[in-house]
Amino acid sequence: MRSITYGQAIREAMYEEMTRNSSVFILGEDMGIMGSVFGLTKGFLEEFGENRVIDTPISENGFTGMAVGAAMRGLRPIVEIMYIDFTPIALDPIVNQAAKLRYMTGGQISIPLVIRAPGGAGRRNAGQHSQSLEALLTHFPGLKVIAPGTPYDAKGLLKSAIREDDPVICVEHKILYAKKGEVPEEEYLIPLGKADIKRSGKDVTIIAYSRQILFALEAAEELKKQGIDAEVIDLRTLVPLDWETIQQSIRKTHRVVLVQEAVKRNGYMGEIASQIIDELFDYLDAPVKRVAGLNVIPPFSPALEDHIYPNPQDIVNTVLDIAY
Amino acid sequence: MKKKEKELYLHFYHEMQRLRSFELKASELFTQAMLAGNIHTYIGQEAIAVGACNALLEIDYIVCTHRGHGQCIARGCSPNIMMAELFGKETGYCKGKGGSMHIADLSRGILGANGIVGAGLAIGTGSGLASKITEKSEVTLVFFGDGASNEGYFHESLNMASAWKLPVVYLCENNNYGVSVRIDRVCNVENIAERAKAYDIPGVIIDGNNVFEVYNAVQNAAEYAREGKGPTLIEAKTYRYHGHYEGDPQIYKSKEEMEKWLNHDSIEIIKKEILAKGFASEKTLEDVEKKVKREIEEAVDFAKNSPYPDIQRVTEDVYSTDNERGVAR
Repeated sequence: MRSITYGQAIREAMYEEMTRNSSVFILGEDMGIMGSVFGLTKGFLEEFGENRVIDTPISENGFTGMAVGAAMRGLRPIVEIMYIDFTPIALDPIVNQAAKLRYMTGGQISIPLVIRAPGGAGRRNAGQHSQSLEALLTHFPGLKVIAPGTPYDAKGLLKSAIREDDPVICVEHKILYAKKGEVPEEEYLIPLGKADIKRSGKDVTIIAYSRQILFALEAAEELKKQGIDAEVIDLRTLVPLDWETIQQSIRKTHRVVLVQEAVKRNGYMGEIASQIIDELFDYLDAPVKRVAGLNVIPPFSPALEDHIYPNPQDIVNTVLDIAY
Repeated sequence: MKKKEKELYLHFYHEMQRLRSFELKASELFTQAMLAGNIHTYIGQEAIAVGACNALLEIDYIVCTHRGHGQCIARGCSPNIMMAELFGKETGYCKGKGGSMHIADLSRGILGANGIVGAGLAIGTGSGLASKITEKSEVTLVFFGDGASNEGYFHESLNMASAWKLPVVYLCENNNYGVSVRIDRVCNVENIAERAKAYDIPGVIIDGNNVFEVYNAVQNAAEYAREGKGPTLIEAKTYRYHGHYEGDPQIYKSKEEMEKWLNHDSIEIIKKEILAKGFASEKTLEDVEKKVKREIEEAVDFAKNSPYPDIQRVTEDVYSTDNERGVAR
């Protein structure tokens, strides 16, 4: 099978869906002539025209709100918020409008909107361009949230997200854009709300998403050398959650380590931990452990930044802590 | 021409009475503790919604404000279904989930009222963008208040709509107050329409209590938008007779100010003109008022006799697909 980057996979997802459905259009900063700051939409302007690939002013709140309005009219906007760190500027249209209008109008209104939001640390972009803010966005009923970690998942999930009639936040990781993986030539979709067991194992369950899934797989290889057979679950979608896959795994392994890059406090994995304790307490042979980012602001200096988020060794160590 | 003019006058009068009657009844019901939550009444501002909505075509869209009952009725919403929504009933426009502040009716191109001041500006601008992308000739009219004109949404929306010549009419109902704060205390620009200059679009100031001024201004702006020339900012000067919400003691308003505006009442203005032009007699106009009151009484009966939503509805319509799982965890 051919191998392409995560960035190319996202590009292909958008390209194919725009070709398939003329209601799909792109709205965001530098999406047209520049082809996005990450180069994901290069050539789209020439291919689809300026009505469908729109360079916006730096007005995240305004253009995200406009995307909500256009979605109410039946179009399918894909908004790029250049860095997920800028979503707080556009929180009203995301959380008070897109998330709520279906419910508040008694089901009259659909918001088929995708917001792509590149996040994550590792690029030396400091505190306002390196955060992982997915937990914030999972808080609001009405939003769906995906966070793919591989090119294959990114393409299949984003294509499904564009076809959804609900607002979907696609949390991408900037470091992943250049990472390659196998992606078939032929079309495929990955439904939202379905986790993927990236590695089967029987001794411990490691649950992660986005970039941390790669670290979890590395950790699993290391653990294998030490005689521990880890199962690695990639959530892929945070809302709706694939609880079935989580609970089946924990009933088998009786141990679980939850991994996220985001700061630990009020992170998404805190919610997963709580659900596991609520419902699977009797199946656990060890405490539910979280491996997460430090509760700090991403620092610029390379000497500091690499210490704020989990690395494979942190995952290994945490698994060893509960492998009694 | 004369006949058409007469019809228009009588139609506007009838419509304005419907809006006021609905609101007076809503206010009364609220005072009697028949309605829950908060309501924001449109009393005093009727000429704006009636003039504006009548200047639009069926294909057009509107976006309403939190003070939006009048805008919805003027666009053709049924008082029965609206009243049912105010009562939180299953038969309401939003099945009781939106309430007074959030009535939407997509079948009439009403993209919804909004509880967030200013949000409708971006939604309406996005609707204009949708018309441009799909190369349709619809116009979107955005109602908003003086308060919303100080939100970032206002400036970002007008900037993009002007840059891209979107078919949008921005209609500011300047009723002088954002809750308790008079606009001149928080804004250095005397006329909100002057802000149009910042975006190089037409800015028009009109008497918002004169229904024909509104009608003509919106017709012109809609035509301008439909021709692909872009947005217009219209500022309709008006006044809300009641508080921000029902029960607001209104300590921030002076008696003189209130009297000045009560003497410039939108319905009285058109009534005088109708009588002066001989389009109808006092008796005919009284009959209209009576008829309208009956219509609103019927709406109250409809609402009262409607069922509350079933408890199971509370988890419905959060998502269009996979709703159960999306709500469960």
